[in-house]
Amino acid sequence: MSTGEAHKPAPYMLVWLALFLLTMAEVGYAFITAIPKLWLAIGLIVMAFYKAWLVAVYYMHLKWEPKRLWLMVSIPIPLIMILIFVVLNEIF
Amino acid sequence: MTTQAMTAGRAPMPGMKVYNLKLGMWIFLLSEVMFFTGLIGSYVILRFAHPEQFTEPGVVLNVPLTAFNTFLLICSSVTMVKAYAAIQQGDQQGLKNWLLATILIGASFVGVQVYEYIALVGEGFVPMAEAYHAVGRHMPHDGPVVGGQLYGSTFYTMTGFHGTHVSIGVLCLCFTYWRAAKGEYSADNLGGVEIMGLYWHFVDLVWIILFTIVYLI
Repeated sequence: MSTGEAHKPAPYMLVWLALFLLTMAEVGYAFITAIPKLWLAIGLIVMAFYKAWLVAVYYMHLKWEPKRLWLMVSIPIPLIMILIFVVLNEIF
Repeated sequence: MTTQAMTAGRAPMPGMKVYNLKLGMWIFLLSEVMFFTGLIGSYVILRFAHPEQFTEPGVVLNVPLTAFNTFLLICSSVTMVKAYAAIQQGDQQGLKNWLLATILIGASFVGVQVYEYIALVGEGFVPMAEAYHAVGRHMPHDGPVVGGQLYGSTFYTMTGFHGTHVSIGVLCLCFTYWRAAKGEYSADNLGGVEIMGLYWHFVDLVWIILFTIVYLI
């Protein structure tokens, strides 16, 4: 029943280690007071989205799914951008 | 229904090249992405609009405890994917063991969050109260006040909805475990485990974003 490409065993524990280390790095980075708030926020969001990408690609097996599924999964991204940044524009 | 009929009914559609169960779960998860975007997006916008009503990380919220909770949820994602890998090999006992581990860790996550809520309410951090100001952790009641009504409202809405998703996920995991205990999954019939895994990893993914935006920024 499972569809998607047959593949070598995925590096689940390696991804777990990366997620753990990134979480520690995020917590440490968040409390560095010498960094301006904007760069703090950008750094944290980049790390968070990289962790989310690791979970989506390896744990949710997107890496081995058909490219059409990737296309479908990426549909909300422009919608999210519109929702947040267009409304933010109303404030500034 | 015979196995052949079940397999035929779950054959991949020609368009998306994934079977219906999986396609349905992915579409549902995409709708959940928009749901959480509404919540997190509102928080981001309100925070830009009224920064005086929010505080720096760690002032009100317990970051170390929640970092540990994040670690717990990440571990539960590993156990869930191990359960799926086990049944891919036809390992019934492995599936049950890893599913049980996922259930226990998921329930622990919810337990820690409940503890966090009780502690926050005890410190005076509650959603929306008349003339309310978030008091801050370990601050005396006659000390400086920080934050505002929006902070509690947005915090409890986002984490509450996520916690509800985790709780429902734990219940669904228990159902999946019950079916696994009856031997209803195999290397040829593991769709139920796979879509349960998709939902659980999604819940973890949302928490990764939530933890960063709510607790660390």
